[in-house]
Amino acid sequence: MYDSPPFMQPPILPAQGGKNRFLIGLFSSHVLVPVLRWRLKLQVIGGLCSGSASSGGPSGAPSAAQLGTMAARLAVSRWVAARAAARRGPLVSCWRWSSAVADTVYDVVVSGGGLVGAAMACALGYDVHFCDKKILLLEVGPKKVLEKLPETYSNRVSSISPGSATLLSSFGAWDHICNMRYRAFRRMQVWDACSEALIVFDKDNLDDMGYIVENDVIMHALTKQLEAVSDRVTVLYRSKAVGYTWPYSFPMADSSPWVQITLGDGSTLQTKLLIGADGHNSGVRQAAGIQNVSWNYDQSAVVATLHLSEATENNVAWQRFLPSGPIALLPLSDTLSSLVWSTSHEHAAELVSMDEEKFVDAINSAFWSDVNHTDFIDSAGTMLHYAIAFLKPTKVSARQLPPSVARVDAKSRALFPLGLGHAAEYVRPRLALIGDAAHRVHPLAGQGVNMGFGDISSLVHHLSTAAFNGKDLGTDYGLCKQMNAPLLEIMWMTKEHPFPRPSYILKI
Amino acid sequence: MWGSRKLISSGSRFLGVRRSGCRVAQADCPRSTASAVYSENQLSWTLPIKPWIFSEYRIMWFKSCKMTFVCFNRMKSYRYPWTRLYSTSGTTVDSSEVKTFLALAHRWWDEQGVYAPLHSMNDLRVPFIRDNLLKTVANHQPGKPLSGMKILDVGCGGGLLTEPLGRLGASVIGIDPVAENIETAQRHKSFDPVLDKRIEYRACALEEIVEETAETFDAVIASEVVEHVTDLETFIQCCWQVLKPGASLFITTINKTQLSYALGIVFAEQIAGIVPKGTHTWEKFVSPEMLESILESNGLSVQTVAGMFYNPFSRYWHWSENTSLNYAAHAVKSGAQEHQVPAESVLKEETEELQATASTIAGVREEVKK
Repeated sequence: MYDSPPFMQPPILPAQGGKNRFLIGLFSSHVLVPVLRWRLKLQVIGGLCSGSASSGGPSGAPSAAQLGTMAARLAVSRWVAARAAARRGPLVSCWRWSSAVADTVYDVVVSGGGLVGAAMACALGYDVHFCDKKILLLEVGPKKVLEKLPETYSNRVSSISPGSATLLSSFGAWDHICNMRYRAFRRMQVWDACSEALIVFDKDNLDDMGYIVENDVIMHALTKQLEAVSDRVTVLYRSKAVGYTWPYSFPMADSSPWVQITLGDGSTLQTKLLIGADGHNSGVRQAAGIQNVSWNYDQSAVVATLHLSEATENNVAWQRFLPSGPIALLPLSDTLSSLVWSTSHEHAAELVSMDEEKFVDAINSAFWSDVNHTDFIDSAGTMLHYAIAFLKPTKVSARQLPPSVARVDAKSRALFPLGLGHAAEYVRPRLALIGDAAHRVHPLAGQGVNMGFGDISSLVHHLSTAAFNGKDLGTDYGLCKQMNAPLLEIMWMTKEHPFPRPSYILKI
Repeated sequence: MWGSRKLISSGSRFLGVRRSGCRVAQADCPRSTASAVYSENQLSWTLPIKPWIFSEYRIMWFKSCKMTFVCFNRMKSYRYPWTRLYSTSGTTVDSSEVKTFLALAHRWWDEQGVYAPLHSMNDLRVPFIRDNLLKTVANHQPGKPLSGMKILDVGCGGGLLTEPLGRLGASVIGIDPVAENIETAQRHKSFDPVLDKRIEYRACALEEIVEETAETFDAVIASEVVEHVTDLETFIQCCWQVLKPGASLFITTINKTQLSYALGIVFAEQIAGIVPKGTHTWEKFVSPEMLESILESNGLSVQTVAGMFYNPFSRYWHWSENTSLNYAAHAVKSGAQEHQVPAESVLKEETEELQATASTIAGVREEVKK
């Protein structure tokens, strides 16, 4: 699906007449290309192709022979492409620069208009050193217009850390979110189902530790900000990129140094830097051939919007580790909370299909019941605790119980599978991966989208400095050297916004 | 005698007289004897007869320049040994240097290749140029900080420094005597429509465009160039001529010290291969003191001299206090009021000064008498 597009697959062409080219092209497409599928060899062929093709005519105006050649190439490669559709892996094809193709050269193209992609486009659009640059955002889905905030809360929510909130406020999206709705939480209690183990997080002055915001609200705020900067950032909705062509790593005489993107409607774009923000099944990452370490957890997450039995202050996030997986209750308002319950596929399917009363009972007992405790574990834990307290007295924290759930919003139950993914490289010449395309994590710590926002923060910082120094945005020197150290970036981010320290020693 | 010499020198400096003519007038220069001996043969058409008949003299000077070019092409065989350092030929381009760079003309844009240190040097020299130019502007457009500025990049090579300046909004002209370099640069910028409009490349030497571009540039950049020219004095004079009053000249080059021989030539070229062999000749390196003196004597006041240091392991450049290896210099052409004063008003000022001092002396004498 993300192989190089049909008319970009070149057969080997010597600089002879058109008919010879066609036949040799046919031969090479059917025999040579399948045999020589490895990327290294294809680069050599691509080099030969561009070398020979360029000797065939001036690189200026396309002659009739060249057009004929291109048509022949098109015919041959469409046939080949149908058979090559199942083929995966990196295909480096050469793209002969033709001045007849009057594409705009974009400075940055962000592929994928989700939370992280849209935020990236926004951050670049509002950056002061990108005033002069052309930015494009490609989104497969339609434009989501939210005229009025719905009464019912959406079941997909994210926990936004203070660092992410700072990023969102740097381009004005956070103000829109504040005007819509969000919930700040001040404490987090995480405890075990099989023992008395417990850890509580809060900030020193009981400041806001994080914010629970619906994904739709964030998306709407980002869309509004993108509209406000539409002179610099173009957004193409319902556009799917079907193919990418990468430039050579070494400068070739006649080949374009930019990345070519082919859209579903056949049009092509060129860009100096392609940012892949298209989710954990990233097409950009696959087209670039970046290795991805991934596996599926044997778990699905069940989400729902819950009504509490009584109105409370509701500024605590609760999470309990059950034997089957963690269950979390995130505050949405005084009377509403959001549920995220990661459990096995069978149990998740059961939970989604069971009737409401049984579902509510299941949730309450998951949080309250001590049925998994055993005497052995309890006594062992108590003895260990005494031993440690003898050496160093510790504060005892009482285990608090979350509010009880009365009912669940109809039609708000949904489930989605969970998995892990991590790209071997985040950055390559003229390419960067951010968000889930680079790293996909389990939602139990609520850090997935925050890491994506962290990627944006550090990438925009580097791109902004590079733009102010007049650098070519996608080149090795400008980007790779500084960006292939994600650990350093995370450390830089946490220096600005430290995670809250647990205020109680872990109780065993 | 002193008065007339000063006239000649100031007049000649304003008109950009050939170095040989200028040197004959100034007695303080230690090299004047050697060049005077040699230049006597050419003196017939560089004598400053009447420095205040400007238009006539300018035409004479241009004609003399052209004739000397022709003359020196014929006279190559009569080169004296001491003219190796101070060639009085009209061109600042050294043909042996041209040959060295010709061999590597297609390798400019390979960022991990032979020119990697120059690509890396952009991290220092682009902010250096940008920040010093922004100081002269009241407010700048964000995103295009150098827009509206005309910059000349002398010895641009493949356009390594020209392109970043173009991206920052300036309209840049890049010149290089090696035509293949210009071709490479032209081809590279042709892919980017924005740069295509802002940058213009020409394969020529600086002297050739001095006439048509006199006083048109807001900045002239000669980065890693002055250690390759044959005649530094002429080069600086040409730079002076193409600059607007108050405009900036940026030079980065290598110092002439034992350390620069050991590290810059022996280590960098012969041992580690950081720089291609034969690129640099130690004799042509310029020390900051010499550069400063040439700049100051040609009407450019030096604002900054800063040392640069290349770490071959990290492949990054750093600013340093020490100028014994590489350094960058920023000089500003003096403003309109100082050097465009015609010689006759200089004469008038001097006579006025003399009269003023005479009157004060007379006044003192009167007081003393009283």
